[in-house]
Amino acid sequence: MADFRLEQRDFISRRLAFFAPMGAVIFSFLVASVLILLAGVSPLESYYKLFIGAFGSKNAIAETLARATPIILTGLAAAIAFRAKFWNIGAEGQLYAGALAVTFFGTGLIQLPNFLMIPFLFLVGALAGGLLLLPLVLLRNYYKVDEVVTTLLTNFIVVLLVGYLLEGPWKDPMSLGWPQGASVIDEGVLPQILPRTRLHLGFIISIFTAITIWLIMSRTILGYKIKAVGINPSASHHAGIPVIRTIIIVALLSGGMAGMAGVTETAGLKGYLTLDLSPGFGYAGIAVAMLANLNPIGIIVSGTFLASIYVGADAMSRAMNVPTYLADVIVALTVLFVLLSIVIIQYRIVFGEKRS
Amino acid sequence: MIFDFIEILFTAGFWAATIRIACPLIFATLGELICERSGVLNLGIEGIMSIGAMVGWMAVYQGAGLYSGILAAAFVGAIFGLIHAIFSVYLGASQHVTGIGVTMLASSLGFFSFKLILPYSTTPPKIEPFQPLDIPLLSDIPFFGEALFQHTPFTYLALASVIIIFWLINSTPFGLSIKMAGENPMALEAQGIDVLFVRSVAVILGSALMAVGGAYLTMSAFDAFYFGMVNGRGWIAIALVIFATWKPERALLGALLFAGLDAYQVRAQQLAGAVVPYQFFLMMPFFLSIIAMIIAAKKTRYPKALLIPFRRGERH
Repeated sequence: MADFRLEQRDFISRRLAFFAPMGAVIFSFLVASVLILLAGVSPLESYYKLFIGAFGSKNAIAETLARATPIILTGLAAAIAFRAKFWNIGAEGQLYAGALAVTFFGTGLIQLPNFLMIPFLFLVGALAGGLLLLPLVLLRNYYKVDEVVTTLLTNFIVVLLVGYLLEGPWKDPMSLGWPQGASVIDEGVLPQILPRTRLHLGFIISIFTAITIWLIMSRTILGYKIKAVGINPSASHHAGIPVIRTIIIVALLSGGMAGMAGVTETAGLKGYLTLDLSPGFGYAGIAVAMLANLNPIGIIVSGTFLASIYVGADAMSRAMNVPTYLADVIVALTVLFVLLSIVIIQYRIVFGEKRS
Repeated sequence: MIFDFIEILFTAGFWAATIRIACPLIFATLGELICERSGVLNLGIEGIMSIGAMVGWMAVYQGAGLYSGILAAAFVGAIFGLIHAIFSVYLGASQHVTGIGVTMLASSLGFFSFKLILPYSTTPPKIEPFQPLDIPLLSDIPFFGEALFQHTPFTYLALASVIIIFWLINSTPFGLSIKMAGENPMALEAQGIDVLFVRSVAVILGSALMAVGGAYLTMSAFDAFYFGMVNGRGWIAIALVIFATWKPERALLGALLFAGLDAYQVRAQQLAGAVVPYQFFLMMPFFLSIIAMIIAAKKTRYPKALLIPFRRGERH
């Protein structure tokens, strides 16, 4: 084994910290180009097709931003939780919980004018996501049941519940056999913000949410408490910070934002609940949060970037016959390279000689 | 009516199914257990099982023998274990994020390669999987013969691996090193043993076992590869490790208990008709995993150094 050790850097270069995620992305694309070569086509041409597919026209840009909407929200959900070292990997399930709430309240049960209906749907969606996480955070706090595993397991339970409801009691009789929910009433549908595209109000709401979370994290006592609990829970406790209460608030906020992602997809993009509402937006949020170094404003950028890879990969796949799963490979590689860059930022790798 | 539900327990077919369903969980739980005993939580498990299922199946589909298929799966699992170890052990990066990254990478690479090699297959192609191997004499015993001794060689391998891992952890110097790496790595280093090396070997070995567990699905339980066929079994295995309090023999027990409930519900469902929607039966293992973790939580004692990266020359 190579003889080396990691030595903590005395001070962290801000320039290095800023450019490291970009380096991670570049390396991910380099490694993924090996896979494109295996598919027998040119990586440069494939990446060009990917770029055009994501940004090449007004419609492509609108599609990318529409795809970014839920990813930004699940990214925020991951970021605020990870900041407090609360490992919520359940954004996928919380997203569907939000979508279920929209279908329950928004398809005729409650009738409000649209300027009240839309905020109401976001409220119930966020509540559903937060409430789904609440028992799990209580189990973690009072029984020491690991939240990583319980949130992951809950994802499967919620998706099965959605399957049951869509094939059974909540199935839209007008849907010609497809398992999908009833349509959200007109007052609840998020309006288009770019004519003749699928870009809807949800995108603006996700940006505002990101800014709000940034303000909470950087300008309020709550944000300070969340960071303190994440860095050192026992020291925070001795400093008088209510650790358990802070983590419960973090969980409600985190689950709430994932639930909002379910609202944007149900009431914005599709107009009704489907079984394939989320192709893994919950997990993509983790990558987005890591790429932005858990910074809420950065998540707007990294979320849009990841969305462009997903949208562009569809076009690339059609043109070049490279499987669309390439997008998932690139995203996975990004997570690992970002992790590597974090180590490089914080530590110096010293080969050979032992410390004196 | 009630009598019919009890009678299920006295059919050999139920017990045979229990063992069959338990096998992937046995491999996966043992694999995770070795990693965690050495101090490393391996959340790569779900993706590693998935790519193991793909690689084992694909090797056989391309003409390799069944046993070569198992080896191919183990090899690919080991590679992802190495990737995990480089990040989580040598670089000391967050074990949570490393594991999620490895799961994402392993499953997406598996799907990508499957689509690349077989782009146009709509109905999943099939292989000739492992066939049941009757153990001479023992398989003729009424009831027990059918329940225990008419399984595929892959199933016997799963049961044997419990004994092997039990022996490895409890009776070999290397097993002792793994346990010390997870309990008191400083003491291990003081003995002149390379903690990082021990942990890496544990993660690589454990990941290979996870991949073999995935391969069981495509090479013994079924005969084709489907996207998403691992379906949360990896996460259930992580819950089982906690339920088993990090002991191989209890991991076997936990896997059998889970599989038994699964086998029972399928049969009970047939008796009861479609009274309860099938989705609720599919939810059961996930609920049970959470309940099992709650039961185990009170008396659980995690390996002391779990999740804590070890850095040479640094005091903890």
